[in-house]
Amino acid sequence: MKRRKFLKLAGISAAVAGGVPSFLLREVKARSYTPPPGALTARRWGMAIDMKKCWEHPECNDCIKACHAAHNVPEIPEKKKEIKWIWKDEFEHVFPEQPNEFNNIVFEHKPFILLCNHCKHPPCVRVCPTKATFKREDGIVMMDFHRCIGCRFCMAACPFGARSFNWVDPRPYIQEFNPEFPTRMKGVVEKCLFCYERLEKGQLPACVEACKHKALIFGDLEDENSEISRILKERFSIRRKAELGTEPSIFYLIG
Amino acid sequence: MFEKALKGSRKYWLWLGFLGTLILIGFLAFLAQLQYGLGITGMSRDVSWGFYVAQFTFLVGVAASGVMVVLPYYLHNHKVFGPLTIFGEFLAIAAVIMCLLFIIVDIGQTPRLFNVLLHPTPNSMLFYDMIVLNGYLALNVICGWAALHGEYKGTKYPNWVKPFIYLSIPWAFSIHTVTAFLYAGLPGRHFWLTAVMAPRFLASAFCSGPALLLLALLIVKKVSKFDPGQKAIDTLSKIITYALLANIFLFACELFTAFYSNIPGHMYPIIYLFKGLHGHNEWVIFMWTAWLFMLIAAILLVIPHTRKNINTLAFACVILFIGAWIDKGIGLLTGGFTPTPFETITPYRPTIPELLISIGIWATGFLIMTVLFKIAITVKEARA
Ligand code: SF4
Ligand code: SF4
Repeated sequence: MKRRKFLKLAGISAAVAGGVPSFLLREVKARSYTPPPGALTARRWGMAIDMKKCWEHPECNDCIKACHAAHNVPEIPEKKKEIKWIWKDEFEHVFPEQPNEFNNIVFEHKPFILLCNHCKHPPCVRVCPTKATFKREDGIVMMDFHRCIGCRFCMAACPFGARSFNWVDPRPYIQEFNPEFPTRMKGVVEKCLFCYERLEKGQLPACVEACKHKALIFGDLEDENSEISRILKERFSIRRKAELGTEPSIFYLIG
Repeated sequence: MFEKALKGSRKYWLWLGFLGTLILIGFLAFLAQLQYGLGITGMSRDVSWGFYVAQFTFLVGVAASGVMVVLPYYLHNHKVFGPLTIFGEFLAIAAVIMCLLFIIVDIGQTPRLFNVLLHPTPNSMLFYDMIVLNGYLALNVICGWAALHGEYKGTKYPNWVKPFIYLSIPWAFSIHTVTAFLYAGLPGRHFWLTAVMAPRFLASAFCSGPALLLLALLIVKKVSKFDPGQKAIDTLSKIITYALLANIFLFACELFTAFYSNIPGHMYPIIYLFKGLHGHNEWVIFMWTAWLFMLIAAILLVIPHTRKNINTLAFACVILFIGAWIDKGIGLLTGGFTPTPFETITPYRPTIPELLISIGIWATGFLIMTVLFKIAITVKEARA
């Protein structure tokens, strides 16, 4: 083979290997959706969590209980294989990039509420090979449990540990069965869906409704007059791993 | 030509019987997994990929490495590789089939596998992986079979195959690049988020794959009349040497970036793998073994005297293969998932059924490779 021919081939191979088509860029296409009459709607749903209020009631787990009961989330005894949609973890784990050597009083071991961030640029959606995980126009990162093949690519891609996998058949582990919400089968991934099924009926998410102390504020981030927008303008809030550019829609009010 | 696989010595049949038993055991374990769910494995919420995906990744490399004999022959007219290309192609076929099997056993909803085709999603790297892997399988079946047929008839491969052969060369690079991209584009997985991921994948593939091929050829030489020739072995061992050195160099680059920058996220996975972190040191002994093996192999391969001695060469290839397998097969996966997004550590250990299924798939690959090599050798012997 001639040298020129070889170089040509080498060039083509490099282009095949290294060329990045534009549709691989980080913006994923949102799927359009028509809500039924009477539904709560928004341009981008988000949630602010008032941690100061939450910390006043350290033993309260009402939001977690309400969510897990409403969505048939099983209680798997083996911690390594557990399934959770909303849970608590301590500051050091939730914000691992924010250690402050000399500030160990304010946040040390303080619990934070965790759930899917419904990211604006969700890496989980970008990697899903079947569109079983997709983004809706109102910002909700949705899951189709019937389409998911259980490849768990989305779990590797989510930098927030928001996703759980059904390692075994979850049904025997459901405490109180709620016939209004589908149960899952083994081999699929699940996570918080921002109570899309309740929004459709004009109701707020189960966790928000369950919080007696009004620590969870749910609303439209793109509506200037919504309560959440007003609060975010007034108070200091942080988001998890903002440096990764996923643009979480969950805000922690800590000031 | 398949009838050539049906006539063999007692040893040949014993070997096939042994592999068949392993396949059967693996298959039974897979049935148990289908019944119970992936909970039968050691994977967890935090380490959500394990042994299966690790084997998949490693084997994509082995598959791609077939190109290391095809390329010198077709692009550089390196004549001594002429009789070997067919083995490179057959090795690739066996490896790609193993890759596909590892994907099948890894997904949670096996019956829904074809959703990937029903709902093609071009923003997912898995979509491209599916295309390039299946394409590569097809290319190698075409090229391998045409070459074999040509040899059977005593003619050169027909002209229409040529474009496929040339296409298979960049294609080999693409399969491993896309596989690296499965990992290298994920935010928050620091161990994987590196631009040298694809080059390092290729380097480790191009040393471990040809090492396996070289060992297989040495066995072929022992059990048959076919001799690959000293010159071909020499070239192949030089290719292995260069690729191994590139692999070591790229890993050193990773170490520099992580530790000179002193960024915790980049250092922690490496510290966890090589030293242990927060009292967890599950993989330390494995990782040191892997890198000591690769370094020893590098020394043996660089010194011309030991590289040319068939015994030290074979030994170097064996430890190199084991080293690369641990490094890419296990280290890469656990390092990516540890620490978790919460900076905690969830140890991962494969379970017995998980290992049995994996061994079953490896046995399938070796069975395919044995049969294909047998056919190729018999055809070659008949012409000799
Ligand atoms: S938090 Fe994780 S699962 Fe939720 S949208 Fe973001 S990346 Fe996806
Ligand atoms: S596990 Fe399911 S939702 Fe997640 S990437 Fe795979 S198919 Fe998509």
